[in-house]
Amino acid sequence: MANLQRSKQRRGLVVIDAAMTLVIFLLVVQIWLLSATLETFLAGHTVPVLPAAIFSGLLFLGCLALDLFVTRVDRESRKP
Amino acid sequence: MPFLRSPSKEPLWKDEFSVFTSDERYVTRRQFTKFLTLTSLGMFVGNLWILAKAHFAKTPSFPSVAVGEVGEIPVRGVKLFAYPTPQDHCILIRTGEEEYVAYSQKCTHLSCAVYFSAKDDRLECPCHQGFFSVKDGSVLQGPPPRPLPQITLARDSARLVAIGVKRS
Repeated sequence: MANLQRSKQRRGLVVIDAAMTLVIFLLVVQIWLLSATLETFLAGHTVPVLPAAIFSGLLFLGCLALDLFVTRVDRESRKP
Repeated sequence: MPFLRSPSKEPLWKDEFSVFTSDERYVTRRQFTKFLTLTSLGMFVGNLWILAKAHFAKTPSFPSVAVGEVGEIPVRGVKLFAYPTPQDHCILIRTGEEEYVAYSQKCTHLSCAVYFSAKDDRLECPCHQGFFSVKDGSVLQGPPPRPLPQITLARDSARLVAIGVKRS
């Protein structure tokens, strides 16, 4: 029973690590997007600003979904 | 963030502080993910701020300011002036008998003052060796990320008048 619990916990940790890696990847893309948008805006171009904001919002929603997923996995893995 | 928690009988502190050592790995990972998500929210807010700035930015209006007389400077000669405000230093260059161009003197890299190199026929920034084309202000070499803003010139009989700033 203890082994089963340990294996469940280990599996949970692997899933959380994978989700965390995805969040980091999304965040790197978002940081790049923000700096590129700022650069474009300062150069006087305003057309790409709206699509960039929408895409950034989608990336944030992705991060939020992964965060909720991590919270759920965490709760289920630690359930006795 | 209580609004993101599903209603459970466990109090918040039991979720956030691990009693068992094995649970600690979970708590730290979950908190780190939460931190990353909040950072992501910050990035999104940054993008929204740029969007708001772009949406509410006023179209700038530029005054007409006489910057010199035609023939006042020799061919390949320069004259410095300020436009549109006294803090915006610009450089007027006579590239031909009847050809004049003017650019902002502020390098688009780190705002050092650029100067005209008649020998190499280009504008040069002495700080980091950024070179700009004298024809259109585009970057020829170096770290500047954008071309130099070009001052739009018009001729009013024998006077050269600055009427706007073109950013490309």
